[in-house]
Amino acid sequence: MDVTVTVNGTTYERDVEPRKLLIHFLRDDLDLTGSHIGCDTGNCGACSVILDGVLVKSCMLLAVQAHGASVETVEGLAEGEELTPLQQAFNEHHALQCGYCTPGMLMSATALLRQTPSPSEDEIKKALQGNICRCTGYWNILEAVRSVAK
Amino acid sequence: MLLREVEYVKPGSVAEALEVLAANDGARALAGGQTLINVMKARAASPDMLVDLDGLEELRGIELAGDGTLTIGAMTTYSELVASAEAKARPILSEVCATIADVQVRNRGTIGGNVCSNDPTNHLPPLMVAVGARMTIAGAGGEREVPAEEFFLGVYLTACGSGELLTRIAIPAGKKDGFAAVTLGADGTCICNAAASVNGSVRVALGCVDAVPVLVTADSPEGVADAVRAANLMPPSDVHATSEYRTHLAEVLATRAAEEAAVR
Repeated sequence: MDVTVTVNGTTYERDVEPRKLLIHFLRDDLDLTGSHIGCDTGNCGACSVILDGVLVKSCMLLAVQAHGASVETVEGLAEGEELTPLQQAFNEHHALQCGYCTPGMLMSATALLRQTPSPSEDEIKKALQGNICRCTGYWNILEAVRSVAK
Repeated sequence: MLLREVEYVKPGSVAEALEVLAANDGARALAGGQTLINVMKARAASPDMLVDLDGLEELRGIELAGDGTLTIGAMTTYSELVASAEAKARPILSEVCATIADVQVRNRGTIGGNVCSNDPTNHLPPLMVAVGARMTIAGAGGEREVPAEEFFLGVYLTACGSGELLTRIAIPAGKKDGFAAVTLGADGTCICNAAASVNGSVRVALGCVDAVPVLVTADSPEGVADAVRAANLMPPSDVHATSEYRTHLAEVLATRAAEEAAVR
């Protein structure tokens, strides 16, 4: 099927099998490998992207379902070498160790901060509930998000 | 993960969706996909064709009638319900939807998908039974309305048959409701849950203890534990809880939900 998707401002047209998950479309067809595949079962959140302004897990969505939509991935956050304040905060607060979960964490936290610029600690925790990290113990991730909250 | 080959159709109306579903034995409605896509990965479901209901305005929206009845389109997401001012008319709905899985799942998962998948560990089937919801099912012969108590027929099985679609759910006015669950981690899968509603008598619907929600009634919250015992539950054992433990949880959670409902 012909699918047209705008990813990080660039419009792509591709012929896609309906069975292809959005995460594979992003990684394999568009070579945007920033979004990761962690669990493949919808639990870990490493594949989280923002679809028409809404945070979703791209392993629980077919690429054809994104036809006509606008997708934001972790590659779209920084302006060239200029990190977003949130990305900079992840760096400064040591909010990652292996970094595998980080693209998903960044997208979830970005979605939160757009909707709720001054989240409480509970709101941050609830917003990151769908993202699993096996290294940091989460504390530094919370600190990083809190540090850029208005 | 690579799914089995599947056709994909995006109809422009409910009527067209019904036609496609009726004409193709192996077709299945795709709502939010937060269950279906995953069971397709596991090959627990292998539809030949997915009929995507996304974008059908007829299946969206939350309306509050003058008598307090809420009518919720089947494709309403949990997040939309949580954010809806109208849905606050029956507060338990958004309270429970806010505890389903995580943000990403709540952003895609729909109220219709939750009840139509009728996984015995889902939150909404017992809640729909407790609050006395009425489900509207559309098919080739028109629409019919089925009370929630008769909607859930078995594990993954509802009164919404092949070639049919759940279009909306009507929920009567009320505020005295409660919900209690023991879950795998905060907001995780339910090991046992109970939804209660008080309107004169106490109605409690138990989830995770049988193929369909088990409804018990009592005169007061104090009588709920006895009513649960009298139901002679035989819940399944699994890696998370033995049958005995689930039976115990059912009594405790039913009482908790009823007490919460009674004081609101």
